[in-house]
Amino acid sequence: MSLSFKKPFNKSSSNKLTGSLIAIAVSASLLLGNLAQASDVEFEASGNITVEQRYFFKEALDPQQLSHSQTSISVEPELYWQWNGGDDSVIFTPFYRVDSQDSQRTHGDIRELAYVHASDDWELRVGIRKEFWGVTEFQHLVDVINQTDGVEDFDGEDKLGQQMINLSVVNDWGIVDVFLLPGFRERTYGGEEGRLRGPLVVDEDNVSYESSAGQQHLDLALRWALSVGDYDLGAYWFHGTNREAYLSPSSQSTLQQSSLQQYYSQMDQLGVDVQATLGDWLWKFEGIHRSTSLEDFWATQGRFEYSFIGVFESNIDLGLLMEHSWDSRGEVALGAQGSLMQNDLFVGARLAFNDMQSSEFLMGIGSDLDHNAFSFLIEANRRFGDDFIVSFDVRLLQSNDENDLLYTLSNDDHAQLSLAWYF
Amino acid sequence: MLTKKILLSAALSISALSLTLVSNSSFALSAEEKKGLDISMEAKKRDLGWQDSTADMVMLLRNKQGQESIREIKMKSLEVLDDGDKSLTIFNKPRDVKGTAFLSFSHPVDADDQWLYLPALKRVKRISSRNKSGPFMGSEFAFEDLSSFEVEKYSYKYLGVEELNGLTNFKVEQYPVDENSGYTRRIVWLDTLEYRIHKIDFYDRKNSLLKTLTFSDYKQYLAKHWRADNQEMINHQNGKSTELKWTNYDFKTGLTDSDFNRNSLKRAR
Repeated sequence: MSLSFKKPFNKSSSNKLTGSLIAIAVSASLLLGNLAQASDVEFEASGNITVEQRYFFKEALDPQQLSHSQTSISVEPELYWQWNGGDDSVIFTPFYRVDSQDSQRTHGDIRELAYVHASDDWELRVGIRKEFWGVTEFQHLVDVINQTDGVEDFDGEDKLGQQMINLSVVNDWGIVDVFLLPGFRERTYGGEEGRLRGPLVVDEDNVSYESSAGQQHLDLALRWALSVGDYDLGAYWFHGTNREAYLSPSSQSTLQQSSLQQYYSQMDQLGVDVQATLGDWLWKFEGIHRSTSLEDFWATQGRFEYSFIGVFESNIDLGLLMEHSWDSRGEVALGAQGSLMQNDLFVGARLAFNDMQSSEFLMGIGSDLDHNAFSFLIEANRRFGDDFIVSFDVRLLQSNDENDLLYTLSNDDHAQLSLAWYF
Repeated sequence: MLTKKILLSAALSISALSLTLVSNSSFALSAEEKKGLDISMEAKKRDLGWQDSTADMVMLLRNKQGQESIREIKMKSLEVLDDGDKSLTIFNKPRDVKGTAFLSFSHPVDADDQWLYLPALKRVKRISSRNKSGPFMGSEFAFEDLSSFEVEKYSYKYLGVEELNGLTNFKVEQYPVDENSGYTRRIVWLDTLEYRIHKIDFYDRKNSLLKTLTFSDYKQYLAKHWRADNQEMINHQNGKSTELKWTNYDFKTGLTDSDFNRNSLKRAR
């Protein structure tokens, strides 16, 4: 593990985390040692290198932020070993990004370093892994296991690897997953130079926890999932450190200007996710109830999609989609605790060209129904040759309400072009 | 809502049952329809009992200008006697979709249940199986061309015998029962000796000839099951073609239901 980490962990507890990382690495190498005797060990290496260019149309609100252009390059190799016909496997997926402007965005992570043993009706997964829950697209309410790698992108879909022991048991009445999650990861945020941030920088060194165990709190989760006919159902209970920090302006900031301090509370969360797949219609729903020492609230995310197959007498599929977010905390002032998506509607259209190059195009408009705020996005991607994917994204954000986070981002309209090489 | 759905699916299975009864009762059918059905039932019957199979597939996509693109795929299938088969499709190439896997529970008449695993997000997505007529991985094969053959999926008409590849072939016309099929009809050539399919002509929704699929290099496995090593689909309307090459066929490998669920989908390689 020679990969150098810039700032993936909080300093105070980095020793313990490094300790457990080493423990995992040692057990992994023991397993690999056993591999040598096992017959039929199969090894695969793959991965991607991606160059990304962002261009912001306007000057930033804060002169410390980068002005227009931001270039970065990321690499994510994947090493995989399997033996016993695939019943035992080890996966290692490191990740590193170098960014031309935002020092916080230059960062590394171990996305996965895990051993999986599969038996007929159960699986044991130990190590650093990613686990995704949920069915909707514009917000991932029920997805709670992994911390968001927030500095990666605006959509919150990039996640940091999470240390876990996960037992998964398959029953006729559903799949039950038990998770023990030792070691908490703090969310990553853009730095002073970074764009797509609010007026105050999140101070990565000013972090406090409700639990006296801090980052070492042992989190627990229990999930059940079942597919019956056209319905896919899931429900879970999570007990542990809230993945979302409460952010508040700090008075004794070490920086010249004020910054935001992070407070990670404990939480209990119940979540459900449901999908009905009915011919041309997809109906999707996610709901959570979260209880912390500071607040109790409900939130939901609902979505439908309707598909037209082979439009314009071609192979192109057209999908129309609508998604709504609701949060019981309602509208909140900027800086107060609450959700940005308290009553928001997204409508969009997706074209899948079903061609040799797998070309896709998505256009969407988001709107806050409680006040005047809009977002607009375009996503397009296509394969070039056998091994290259080109993606183009445009995001426009607009708000007239000073209470809205989008207001502070309204100068951050940007386009992004990326070229990924897969090997 | 749920009760209504259960009632609806109960009604559907009753109608599916009566459909089977009707299509099996000879007096509702003409002599040509009866013979077409009998040939297709015999072809299905001769291949029963393979239990499970694994195989590797390479797809060679060719456009009009002769440019080629490759798809590398691994297939695992499980025979289900009183329903459609189960299958797990694992993508290896193109490299950007490596690790993507597709789980399908097919049903003779009802819509198939399908899930897609996206490795970058570690996400399992239930997807609609409604798009039968769409291209598979940008190839000239539609999803419905690659799904398992079930007698209930078509009604039939016997057209006669014809010489093909030096063998006498039955020529049978098949009409898809599913209104979402991209075809009005298919004409299938099966040899009278072993009931192996040698050629299929596909007619689009306007009833013009769309594609021709030819099978070659048949091999017999376990002294019973015939599989063609090569399949070539030629699209007459757009000039594109797709060649399928199968290798490493293996039968009765011991796969069970537990190899075809969400968990096995996530770790499929």
